[in-house]
Amino acid sequence: MGSAITEKILAAHCGKKVVEPGEFIEPKVDIALGNDVTAPLAIKEFKKSGVKKVFDKNKIALVMDHFTPNKDILSAEHVKFVREFAKEQKIKHYFEGGNVGVEHAIVPEKGIAIPGDIIIGADSHTCTYGALGAFSTGVGSTDLASAMATGKVWFKVPNSIKFVLKGKLNKWVSGKDIILYIIGLIGVDGALYNSMEFTGSVCKKLTMADRFTIANMAIEAGGKNGIFAPDEITEKYAAKRALRKYKFYESDKDAKYLKTYEIDCSKIFPQVALPFLPSNAKAVKDVKKTYIDQVVIGSCTNGRIEDLRIAASIIKKGKKVNPNVRTIVIPATPAIYSQALEEGLLKIFMDAGAVVSAPTCGPCLGGHMGILASGEKCVSTTNRNFVGRMGHVESQVFLANPAVSAASAIKGYIATPDEIK
Amino acid sequence: MSDIILKGKVHKYGSNVNTDEIIPARYLNTTDPIVLAKYCMEDIDKDFVKNVKPGDIIVAENNFGCGSSREHAPISIKAAGVSAVIANSFARIFFRNSINIGLPILESEEAVKSIKDGDEIEINLNKGTIHNITQNKTYQSQPFPEFMQKIIKAGGLLKYIKK
Repeated sequence: MGSAITEKILAAHCGKKVVEPGEFIEPKVDIALGNDVTAPLAIKEFKKSGVKKVFDKNKIALVMDHFTPNKDILSAEHVKFVREFAKEQKIKHYFEGGNVGVEHAIVPEKGIAIPGDIIIGADSHTCTYGALGAFSTGVGSTDLASAMATGKVWFKVPNSIKFVLKGKLNKWVSGKDIILYIIGLIGVDGALYNSMEFTGSVCKKLTMADRFTIANMAIEAGGKNGIFAPDEITEKYAAKRALRKYKFYESDKDAKYLKTYEIDCSKIFPQVALPFLPSNAKAVKDVKKTYIDQVVIGSCTNGRIEDLRIAASIIKKGKKVNPNVRTIVIPATPAIYSQALEEGLLKIFMDAGAVVSAPTCGPCLGGHMGILASGEKCVSTTNRNFVGRMGHVESQVFLANPAVSAASAIKGYIATPDEIK
Repeated sequence: MSDIILKGKVHKYGSNVNTDEIIPARYLNTTDPIVLAKYCMEDIDKDFVKNVKPGDIIVAENNFGCGSSREHAPISIKAAGVSAVIANSFARIFFRNSINIGLPILESEEAVKSIKDGDEIEINLNKGTIHNITQNKTYQSQPFPEFMQKIIKAGGLLKYIKK
């Protein structure tokens, strides 16, 4: 019996030929990641352990992205605490101020996470790097502390679920729509504890940005990781960025899967996930007219240059955003910000009446930079629409792709991009 | 060593109770368990902290603790005085975090189905048995895998790796 890509990567990192689903293993990690919310707890735990030095100063990434630029005194104290730790331990990949981007955008962009790696992060969306053909998963702060001390982490080898993406992509359908559709199909615990492996002919049509978006939201179906087998698109992305030598793995033809879903992508139209679960996905065209107060375009899910280009192409056609809609655009990293500036995208947003923010997770988790009042509704390219996620417990978040979000910003209600002439 | 017995009143919830509801991000600018406990479950049950008594037990349906990786969620539950959480299933990061910080969690569909809000229950952690005092019924949950028992026995992950 062959192995799935996830099993192969896990086996290679614990010196075994094969691992079986259900087996407990303690593999080596290539990168351990924390942010300004989770790293302070992890560092506190690390200090309690009595270990003096981190296992490898080059294999830890600390990204101060959630509440930065520091939103209040307590957050500033957290960042200061992490900064001092990073200095003392000589952590190579420390990001703050003008260097910082949203962690799951900047870590692959800088070539820190690479194909074939095991990456753990004290952030649930760490599963993003599965897009590169890495095993990548979210853990808690204590796990991060332990990994910083030992360079290892405990796992139960997951079963794999295969998603075969077939058919033709409809207009305006992106990675976001594919993953929202899948979560709608299987539910928010449809892949609980399991690996989500994305394969099929459509994958060749998906850019790295689309793949990052899909892998990013594996956690919203309860998945342990989301993963794509690397190919020439991955190679092109990784070759110019990777800081270390990378390795491509692929599933054996006779690998065992818990389940296989055949997804006919030609049936997918631009999606929106209604409050209060990402699984409440519907085609935008089937949603009744819903007026909105805010649009957010950004985050680790959809804050990449490709996302900004799509949004700008629609806003340019519509000229101005609706006066009732606060439109907040957040390029995910300084490099994306700079690129968007050079391409004139930021000017399009600003001329249309949108706000362009510095890279931050900010509003996605109700941190800052766009908090909702009671009764307000927001269309957002982010990943969660739970109760109170972006602010008041009686506010609502609707998840969508950048094209739908831009169209909605112009129309003032949840709209399809085709409505912008 | 005598068995660990946890006893308290049940606070019952449905499926997909997420970490944003357990501890909203507006309180994530602290790591202090005492502060986090004050806001526990605020966005799903604003009276929870008023009603909870030391030893009480949370019972929920599927996928408890889904969402973010914030360890602040099980920390706030533990610091609020909750002695254990019973659910049909737990989101995987919440599951890890609970074990790593020493918050007992048990999976038992039989118990979740039968237990009602306000019931008085008693858990024997070593045996994995759940006794419903109010209804005079006993349910069995899966004992933890040996690997995790070792972490719990050591008093958390960091103490385990220190050994």
